[in-house]
Amino acid sequence: MASSGTRLRVKRDNDVTVVEFVDRNILDEANIQAIHDEIAAIIEAGPKPRLLISFSNVDHLSSAALGTLISINNRVKAQEGQLRLANIDPQIMEVFMITRLNRIFSIHEGVADAMGSFEK
Amino acid sequence: MPDQPSSPPAERLVARVANDRDEINAVEGRLLEALDRFQYSKASRFAVRLAVEEALTNAFRHGHRALPKATPVLLDLTVGREEVRIAVEDQGPGFDPGGVPDPTLDENLDKPAGRGLMLMRAYMARIEYNPKGNRVTLTYRRPESQ
Repeated sequence: MASSGTRLRVKRDNDVTVVEFVDRNILDEANIQAIHDEIAAIIEAGPKPRLLISFSNVDHLSSAALGTLISINNRVKAQEGQLRLANIDPQIMEVFMITRLNRIFSIHEGVADAMGSFEK
Repeated sequence: MPDQPSSPPAERLVARVANDRDEINAVEGRLLEALDRFQYSKASRFAVRLAVEEALTNAFRHGHRALPKATPVLLDLTVGREEVRIAVEDQGPGFDPGGVPDPTLDENLDKPAGRGLMLMRAYMARIEYNPKGNRVTLTYRRPESQ
């Protein structure tokens, strides 16, 4: 699959940036790097970013994708922002549990739930 | 558990794969078709594909770090009724699996790398390295519930 072009669908909902993935499988290293770079640009665009990442289209991801999510989380924290994850498939959720990454991410069942969790 | 008399024979797929997404997808597609023929569940297909991805990533990212991108790894897959065997052999200098820190420790949770091996261990029944450390063999066993 080509790595050119955006890997994300991005929309603004009030002061929250909502990100969805174009790809069902987040496995390809070039695409994972592109995802990292696109989201990093969103985070760096202003102070205290509020970012919601929805996994509604995602069937599969690798440990490299988890690594990118951790880097994103670290960047958001460095900017004193907030990150929420939502709509995670049960099998992918199991990966978060196995790796104990559910302890460092704020994970929500749906987008509405995640939107309501942002602190003012 | 021994194979039932009516079980189809195990299917074997051997391929040399370069670090190219189209080549990897083609082999994974054939693997997923074989898993379908043996009626593995969605959860099993997820686990097996994840293990293949992680083993390939380790081979290319670490084993082939100093080698040209086109250098292929040898992928040897066997799908049977009771288990799936995945062997990935790279052409690198070898790898010490004992040297990988535990990524689930609190002090390592926010480190971006180092989860591939533990995911393979979590989903596979067995994981073995050859003495040189450039060939990993993974065994997935069909859950009794399937």
